[in-house]
Parts: sequence; structure tokens; C-alpha cells
Amino acid sequence: MKSLEELMAIKEKMHSKVALRNASDEIRVVVGMATCGIAAGARPVLNAFVEGVANGGLSDKVTVTQTGCIGICQYEPVVEIYEKDKEKVTYVKMTAEKANEVIERHLKGGSPIAEYTIGNAKI
Amino acid sequence: MEEFSLYVLDITMNSVRAGADEIGVTIVEDGESLVFTVTDNGCGMSREQVEKLSNPFFTTRKTRSVGLGVPFLAMLSEQTGGSVNIKSRAAAEYPNDHGTTITATFGLHHIDMIPLGDMIDTVVTLIQGNPDINFTYIHKKSAGEVRLSTAELRQILGDVSLGEFEVLEWIRGYLSEAYEALR
Repeated sequence: MKSLEELMAIKEKMHSKVALRNASDEIRVVVGMATCGIAAGARPVLNAFVEGVANGGLSDKVTVTQTGCIGICQYEPVVEIYEKDKEKVTYVKMTAEKANEVIERHLKGGSPIAEYTIGNAKI
Repeated sequence: MEEFSLYVLDITMNSVRAGADEIGVTIVEDGESLVFTVTDNGCGMSREQVEKLSNPFFTTRKTRSVGLGVPFLAMLSEQTGGSVNIKSRAAAEYPNDHGTTITATFGLHHIDMIPLGDMIDTVVTLIQGNPDINFTYIHKKSAGEVRLSTAELRQILGDVSLGEFEVLEWIRGYLSEAYEALR
């Protein structure tokens, strides 16, 4: 059984990590989680980002957050990426697979995937 | 939506957006029916707002004019022989005791009932997005219950956020073992 001792150990581990971490939050990944997003499949997209960022060693510079409806429901699931001194990138009609590609090519590689952005979307 | 757990996520997000810091999510299966309840201490709604809720063209949101969360839930509930009840006390009227309780019942074996889906994913998603909210999650089945209180976990974690990936993974593991024990 998952024990509370295990949770204590995680706490201790996080404490030592937090001391090292500079809370820069260079990149913010924002996933739309209103009815429109959830119905279109936002939950697996969000979880792909949460998992991919943690397992890809990106936790120091990338935070993954949720937001409500941003008004472009027909394009959901929508993911916005905010990066310091750069223009916001809006990915539309996302899937968990596309999220993993965005993690590799955009968050790690630094180049947005134009074909998944709103500018290239067809409804 | 094809999974019941997505309705739970969607409806609970209403409580998050109502500014609640205490949210209770309860699912009770008693063989024939399923009762789903969300209780919060958010800003609440006036009687007029509650009456308008089943109307899909009512929403307080500014970005889009159609609110589908409660109508979706009501449709599924009524299709399976159940009903939805909303009780709310608006903060304007009840400054010290405000919030909303939404209860929906479903016929578990009705042909139009959908699979429960991944409840663990829904709970973890709620906590990831709102690590500072006290969520109490209870899922009762005939074999026993699965229970999680984020306030209790926070007592152990101190200043470490519930939104940390390692903590979320622990919660995921904890819930899946608790569900496994009920099989």
C-alpha cells in the first residue's frame, strides 16, 4: 500500500530540490480546461504535458497550468505557450501525441511546430 | 462526453471557478443507482441564477455565451432516469455561509448510462490545477470506499505543493491501490 511514510520521503526530497531551483518559470504551458476543452479531450493533453515536463527534466523552467474557456471552443483542446520575450504560441486541436511532439521540438528544441498552431488550423 | 469521469471533472471545475477553497466530490454507487454530489464554499448563486442554469444559453462567463456544463450533466442524468438538484446560497445574501451543492442521480444499468472512465485521472487533474484547494474525494461502492483528503496530505507535505509531479504520482498510486482493493 502507498504509505504516508513514502509521502514524507517525497517531501524531504522536494525540500532539497526546491532549495536548488530558481523559480524562473521561463515557459508557461496553459491548457484550456472548461467544458469545451474537457469535452474535446483536454484531460489527456494536460496529463501528457505534466508527465512529459517532469520526466523530461524541464520542471525548472516550464510550468504547466490550467485555464478556463478562452473563447475559441471550436479549436479545443487549446494549449497556449508563453515564453519570456517571445510571442505567444497557440496550439489547437491538440492530442496527447501532439503534446509529446511539442515537448520535444518546442519546449526542448526551441522551435514551435507551425502546423499545429492556430494559424494553420482548418475547422 | 463519453466518460462519466469527464462530467465529474467539468462540474467540479465550476466550484473552482466559483472561488471555493473547500470542495467535496462524492460518488455513491448502490447497485441500482449512482449519486454524484459536489459541495463547495464558493461564491454561490442567486435563486434566479440557479433557475437559469438548466438553460444552455445562460452563463456568467464573458468569453463565450453558451454554458453547457450543467445542461450536459442534466441530459445524461435524465436520459438514465435520474435528476439534478442544485442548492445554492449566494455570498451577497449569506456572507458567512455561502456555496453550492449539486446532486445528480443516474440509473447505473440504464442503456444510456456511460462508463465511469478514469476517475483517478480526474482527481489528479483537479489537484494539479488547484493544489491549494482542499478537495475531499469519496467514492463509495458496495465493497467499500475510496477516500482522499488533500487537506490531510497537506499536513504531511507542509510547504511542498500538492502540484509537484512526485506528489501527484503518489496520489495516482494511492488511488489506484485503493480502487484495486475494492475489486
